[in-house]
Amino acid sequence: MSVVAHTAAPALARRRRRVSFRAAFGLSVLLLMGGSAILAPQLAPWDPAKQMLLKRLRPPVWQERGLSQHPLGTDHLGRDILSRLLYGGRISLGVGLTAVTLSALIGVSLGLTAGFFGGRLDALIMRVVDVFLAIPYILLAMGVVFALGPSLGNVILVMGATRWVQFARIVRAEVLSIREREFVAGARARGNRSLRLLLHHVLPNALTPIIVVATLELAFMIIYESALSFLGLGVQPPTPTWGWMLADGRNYVASAWWLATLPGLAIMLTVLAVNLLGDWLRDTLDPRLTV
Amino acid sequence: MVGYVARRLLQSLGVLLGVSVIVFGLLHLTGDPTRLLLPLEAREEDVRQMRALLGLDDPLWVQYARFLTRAVRGDFGLSFKHQVPALTLIFQTLPATLQLTGAGLCFALVVAVPAGILAALKRNSILDAACSVGVLLGQAMPVYWLGLLLIMVFAVGLGWFPAAGRDGWSSLVLPATALGAFSMARIARMARSGMLEVLAQDYVRTARAAGIRAFVVTYKYALKNAAIPLVTIVGLEFGILLGGAVITETIFAWPGVGRLAVDAIFSRDYPLVQAIVAVLATLFVVINLVVDLVYTWLDPRIVYVRSVR
Repeated sequence: MSVVAHTAAPALARRRRRVSFRAAFGLSVLLLMGGSAILAPQLAPWDPAKQMLLKRLRPPVWQERGLSQHPLGTDHLGRDILSRLLYGGRISLGVGLTAVTLSALIGVSLGLTAGFFGGRLDALIMRVVDVFLAIPYILLAMGVVFALGPSLGNVILVMGATRWVQFARIVRAEVLSIREREFVAGARARGNRSLRLLLHHVLPNALTPIIVVATLELAFMIIYESALSFLGLGVQPPTPTWGWMLADGRNYVASAWWLATLPGLAIMLTVLAVNLLGDWLRDTLDPRLTV
Repeated sequence: MVGYVARRLLQSLGVLLGVSVIVFGLLHLTGDPTRLLLPLEAREEDVRQMRALLGLDDPLWVQYARFLTRAVRGDFGLSFKHQVPALTLIFQTLPATLQLTGAGLCFALVVAVPAGILAALKRNSILDAACSVGVLLGQAMPVYWLGLLLIMVFAVGLGWFPAAGRDGWSSLVLPATALGAFSMARIARMARSGMLEVLAQDYVRTARAAGIRAFVVTYKYALKNAAIPLVTIVGLEFGILLGGAVITETIFAWPGVGRLAVDAIFSRDYPLVQAIVAVLATLFVVINLVVDLVYTWLDPRIVYVRSVR
């Protein structure tokens, strides 16, 4: 036994240290991204939509022909990349957060209903989940956004409505075990109605996996939003979005590397930070969780 | 076993029925589909004629029944743009997509499985750290960005591979790499944790204690058992790859179903969009059915667990 104890203890300590470094990194990047998105109007050196055709396609400041007023260069219409990145962050994070909230609302309600009431309702909801899993969500989203018109609201609506499945599955699984526990039986015996039982006794105990899934889904939504933007079905110009900037940069991969590289870097850093945070939340709150 | 297969088949049919409802609903989403099908400046009588032609004056459930009976026979109507049966167009482009997703999945598996296993065997080594950095980056890089970077470096910069099109094996390398990267990260992560779990099992310890060579224990006993959960995610990954192919094909001008779909959406070619969504969903359902059945064959305990519930 003592052998096991000796080898396990340092491993655990090492694991904790590494995990917390990752989480700290994730959190600081995320705070930086979030802060600069909120403060974009104050931080951005230029109006993100202002075109300066005399200064088209200037590289970042550290390269030859770079201008100090445009630290990250300009695009094919002479717009300042840094300002556009800052404003684009507002769309990515804002749309991501709202879409996750929406999909959590849908998924958690359906998951609670399925897990708690069981029977035919459960079977029906789970079949709907299977249907949504089978359809490539990006095609469904594209079709729906195109039919309804690509506005901010529609994009959020469609993203939320196609990604609730993860929440429904994990909440249902959690509720199936919670509803068998004694405190639920006790609350029921005290005469609590179903709805009250669900909201006051079952839901709070299923919160951990919901938080973890929400974080990991946020990372997903940021990629999802910029994919729709990239395909021309996201929030429409002149609002700058990272996905749209990438799409613009596509035609200049040979001549202006920074156009496509920088917005992609912004997406990757944000997603990486959110993922690190999500992993850490899962490991700390509930290591048995597999999402 | 027969009961399980039958139940699983029935369930798959139910899912496809649900898919058909959504595909049908796609066209009716905006209220009046004729408005989508005709140009904005169409005259009122043209609209009426079109409505009658498409049977849109019938009750919705009659329209759905008609749609379903045709769809089951593979008839999704003519593509508006190409004036060819939608299914014909799909079968012309599907091989290219299957080639791309197949190559992407192979690439992901070939890199991820050994990497994940080695990371688990040499836990907390530099190799393990490199592997987990790779996993984190792979999961955070959007496929369209990775695609553009690959084009920038390997097509424009070094000129090793073509930047677009489908012309021989060399044109497959970049799109398959871009498409497979995300799956690679997920599979490597799964392989690592799966292997770690198996290595901690009693039978591995017993085998080692019995003096069986470490090589045999690792690669024969442990690996076989770690492979089982990997089989299921291959099915799910395939669905993710089919979705990712939509974007990858657009970037690399790969003549597959994904590019056809994007094109169909932007040209309001609704019969084609409906057919593509239906075909891809069917493909996903069939593949997952097969994977599930293979899974129960690999690990007979699964059937008993499910029938108890």
